[in-house]
Amino acid sequence: MSHSIQVKALNNFISQKVNSVSPSGIRKFFDLLSSMEGVISLGVGEPDFVTPWHIREAAIYSVEKGYTMYTSNYGLLELRQELARHLELRYGLSYHPEQEILITVGTSEGLDIALRAILNPGDEVIVPDPCYVAYPPDIILAGGVPISIPTYKENNFVIKASDIEPRITKQTKAILIGYPANPTGAVMSREELLEIARLAQKYNLLVLSDEIYARLVYGVNHTCFASLPGMKEQTILLNGFSKAYAMTGWRIGYVAANRQFIEAMTKIHQYTMLCAPIMAQMAATEALKNGDSEVERMRREYDGRRRLMVKRLNDIGLSCFEPKGAFYAFPSIEVTGMNSEEFAEKLLLEEKVAVVPGSAFGQYGEGFIRCCYATSLTNIEEALARMGRFVNKYKK
Amino acid sequence: MNQIFEILEQNARATPEQISTMVGMPASEVEKVIKQAEKDGTILKYKSVINWSKLGKEEIWALIEVKVTPQRDVGFDDIAERIYQFPQVYSAYLVSGTYDLAIIVKGKNMHEISSFVTEKLAPLEKVQSTVTHFLLKRYKENGEIFQLPKEIGRLPITP
Repeated sequence: MSHSIQVKALNNFISQKVNSVSPSGIRKFFDLLSSMEGVISLGVGEPDFVTPWHIREAAIYSVEKGYTMYTSNYGLLELRQELARHLELRYGLSYHPEQEILITVGTSEGLDIALRAILNPGDEVIVPDPCYVAYPPDIILAGGVPISIPTYKENNFVIKASDIEPRITKQTKAILIGYPANPTGAVMSREELLEIARLAQKYNLLVLSDEIYARLVYGVNHTCFASLPGMKEQTILLNGFSKAYAMTGWRIGYVAANRQFIEAMTKIHQYTMLCAPIMAQMAATEALKNGDSEVERMRREYDGRRRLMVKRLNDIGLSCFEPKGAFYAFPSIEVTGMNSEEFAEKLLLEEKVAVVPGSAFGQYGEGFIRCCYATSLTNIEEALARMGRFVNKYKK
Repeated sequence: MNQIFEILEQNARATPEQISTMVGMPASEVEKVIKQAEKDGTILKYKSVINWSKLGKEEIWALIEVKVTPQRDVGFDDIAERIYQFPQVYSAYLVSGTYDLAIIVKGKNMHEISSFVTEKLAPLEKVQSTVTHFLLKRYKENGEIFQLPKEIGRLPITP
């Protein structure tokens, strides 16, 4: 009795803001999963490759040599210079390495400090729905209000300027997009992005563009939002090394933006994070210098798996649009008549295949599941055979 | 088209249907490409990578450096052919550097290899000298590491 009173009292110490954010929808599956054996997981959100050896080796060498100290708040200058070169080479963008690039602890930190740097209480941020699980909570934790704009399978899950415009208010501060997209695998074409750019210019909005999957596109080119005419000043470009170089555990990312934004973000970064770990920065420098062929090797491998997974999903009756980026397929489970959480839970218990329910990514993710193809061909074939059996059983 | 061969090089058992899906080409087309490649020697053979030591099979391998005298018109090819025809020779290469041919031989035991060297290889007229290195341990061969990758668990569900 006294214990429950105490727990309740302690809860009063938690801020209302934090209490208002619900824990991630995938947590429940994680707990269920950890008690099971023989599960094939299509539920991961990271590469199945380990970081290429030359990158790991560079990090080991840096530790051996004694590089174990703080770096500049902004990050190692050499890394920022490499990034400036990289952005120039890939997208024709010119960012000043000493003023316009900040090295962060993963793209996640970049997003967090970008939001905290720009938002006043009540400011609204436009996000697509479905979207990456962290976007709406990060906005709320930064004091803002997420405004979800539905995206649809019929439009290949691309966010439409015409859907955004009616939702713009005096409070709207920014548009946060992440293409290639987690969870849908959707990519936005240059033309589609230009529409967003026009909107941003018309209403004087910032665009936060999370391009963590930029290097993983298939048969199309990635357009960097900041490279659109006139948009560099108005864009906060967020990226990192996790997906392209299979470096998720290193927690290393970067922000490129106008000097004023970088200054503001660096204020938060220096008082909360100080700097990104030096080993990860050393590894990232090596990745940029010599990692291209490994990125391409992994990308090609994903591409083969992608085609196989999409074909198999459609074969078993889970209709799936063709994802052109990232490493996810996002099929509809309409034929089963189940909601996505029910589907994912039953599939896990009956066939031991883990997928992520689309509802974890927003209201408009309902009716879909996220299947990650960053796993072996054998796993994909086996998982899809099991799913085929499952769908057959429940097909309406 | 190279993609088809890259897939087969990794997994000779990939079916034309799987390959066709992965490269986005009709299965009949893939089959045609493979048939043609088998005919013209692009695909030489389908083999398995067997880790014989798992089965307790004892084999002795040696890398032999061979210095030879090249001949007019045929260079090293003639003497190389005389050598690589021996069934004991597993691989044979012409190399730059302080010797000419690098050959890899395998035998049931040391005696078999030494008698190959002393009775067959060294006495060849154009062979000037040989240096034999017995292999002690095999780590990686033809791009394959001789140890199953250690399972480093990713969390089964991540955002």
